[in-house]
Amino acid sequence: MFEAADTIIQGLLLGGLYALFAIGLSITYGVMRLVNIAHGDFLVLAAYLALWPVMNLHMNPFVAILPVVVLMFCLGYTLQRVILNRTMGANFLAPMLATFGISIILRNGLQQIYHSDSRSFDIGTLGTDSIHLGPRIAIGEFPLLVFVVSVILTLATSLLFSRTRIGIALRATSDDAQTAGLMGIRAKRTYAIALGLSLALVAVGGVFAGIRTTFTPESGPASLLYAFEAVVIGGMGSFWGTFAGAVILGVAQGAGAKIGAGFGILTGHLVFLAVLALKPTGLFERSR
Amino acid sequence: MIREKLNYVVSRNTAISTAAVWLGVAAAVVVVAVPWLPYFGTPAFMHWAVEVMCYLILAQMWNLLAGYAGLMSVGMQAFVGVGGYSVFIFAQHLGVNPFLSIPIAGATAALAAALTAPLVFRMRGGYFAIGTWVLAEVFRIGFSNVSALGGGSGQSLTVMTRIDRGAREIAIYLIAATTLIVASVGINLLLRSRFGLGLTALRDSEAAAESQGVDVRLLKLQVYTLSSLGAGLVGAIYYTSILRISPFAAFDLNWVVAATFIVVIGGIGSVEGPIVGAAIFFGLRSLLADYGTWYWLVMGAVAVIVIMFAPTGVWGYVRARWDIQLLPLQRRLVLKGMTKAGAAAATPAPATVR
Repeated sequence: MFEAADTIIQGLLLGGLYALFAIGLSITYGVMRLVNIAHGDFLVLAAYLALWPVMNLHMNPFVAILPVVVLMFCLGYTLQRVILNRTMGANFLAPMLATFGISIILRNGLQQIYHSDSRSFDIGTLGTDSIHLGPRIAIGEFPLLVFVVSVILTLATSLLFSRTRIGIALRATSDDAQTAGLMGIRAKRTYAIALGLSLALVAVGGVFAGIRTTFTPESGPASLLYAFEAVVIGGMGSFWGTFAGAVILGVAQGAGAKIGAGFGILTGHLVFLAVLALKPTGLFERSR
Repeated sequence: MIREKLNYVVSRNTAISTAAVWLGVAAAVVVVAVPWLPYFGTPAFMHWAVEVMCYLILAQMWNLLAGYAGLMSVGMQAFVGVGGYSVFIFAQHLGVNPFLSIPIAGATAALAAALTAPLVFRMRGGYFAIGTWVLAEVFRIGFSNVSALGGGSGQSLTVMTRIDRGAREIAIYLIAATTLIVASVGINLLLRSRFGLGLTALRDSEAAAESQGVDVRLLKLQVYTLSSLGAGLVGAIYYTSILRISPFAAFDLNWVVAATFIVVIGGIGSVEGPIVGAAIFFGLRSLLADYGTWYWLVMGAVAVIVIMFAPTGVWGYVRARWDIQLLPLQRRLVLKGMTKAGAAAATPAPATVR
């Protein structure tokens, strides 16, 4: 029983990390129906961007997150303005194909600069310390911190969308870009903010993922798939749905890993396919 | 201007398209004759040609899906892998003739596609694209856990050593060439048929196609299965040619990346596009062969630039600029009893179905 509880708790904490991967993807899909294929590669890019001050300026990885988040927001904003806005139209294919191209550019660019060596961030004893809850249940301090940050950022994103002027603009553009335009909301600028937010959030996930495990330029696709699965399992409509989807995915992967090494990811995929078969609109779908 | 009753015929052929068809026939003859040609009949050239043909077939299949059925797949490598592995299962483990295993492998891939289609077709648009990728990952992990097939490290097609090397290379080259020719002719005939008309309508507007009685869902399923048959054949041919398979190579994302870039750069939604794209793709590859990852960087950049500034690709640009239609797929209304120039003038542009 303790073992089962431990598996679920570890899966839950892993799900917190995946929520950080997924919320950004949920934003771009929610606002502009864009499935950003480069999402995972941006996550890896953020980790490499944080690597520079950590290695050269001996900056604490947690501190390094801040400039990277700002940088990634600017990158997302610029990318949407310069490249993706030109491709947006009735057809979903063109912007998606553009992100496919960007994904290949990022992956091979990072490969060119950093080669395939796996990297990681060192945060000292925080990375290994844990809180003992029972005889055989221990919660790592760092995974707990990730989970708490993830809850806070999910809450912040929800509030941003429901309470602020930018949030109203984002939702209005999502519902009907043309009518929103008549109200003075410029869709192109709103889209740019959406991609900026998306990349800023995934930047946090990228650095945390780099602390938790190692990363290489090839780590992007796997992260994209986890983020995507969390979004689909959760269903569109609320960021808490995406959060719940990420937690379910995390628990599924954790439980699968108990069956045998290498089965964790497969179990995650199978749970995703099962949700797709039983409830293709996601478990927590809610019409906005 | 025209007062009498309109008297017209629907014409597909133009002077250029007739010439292009004969050029195509000549190209097919040359391609099939390669093993007996003095300079080109070398194993190295044939090996390279098999690879080029595999990518071209895969690009045509991806184009059929994305360019016509509006289904973007990032998971086509699933069926390349299933096709490749099927050859190893049938030839290596079940003792079927290796060359006979290739069409069987294609059929197996099509079957795998048809069986999993109900699941992935629950997703639309961008979700479908990534969903197919998840499916490919499931297949990859599945195959890497089958120890009889070599697990994660894969295995070699040792039964092929029983066949003389020279004969084997010519045979696999001819199978690849035949598949390419059959696929090319097949796609052309398909697009000229009722099926193709539905497909072209679907490409231009899904809602309009549906309102005209096209069974969109069935059509998409058929195209998905058909393109998976092609992808399966590509996997079967390629891995029979290199005699070795592993899960990471067979289910590699790069298969679909290459197919996508070839189609996007060449021109999506036309049959000529992937041919132009493949020429650019392999041209750039031989130019940048010494620069490793730079090649993919350049390809990615070219693809993004094309999507931004020439969404219909290089071929689409050329076609729009000079109004060329190489393949007789376009229908024009030609008025009877008028001069050619008059007919062209009287043919309203919207009556042209590309």
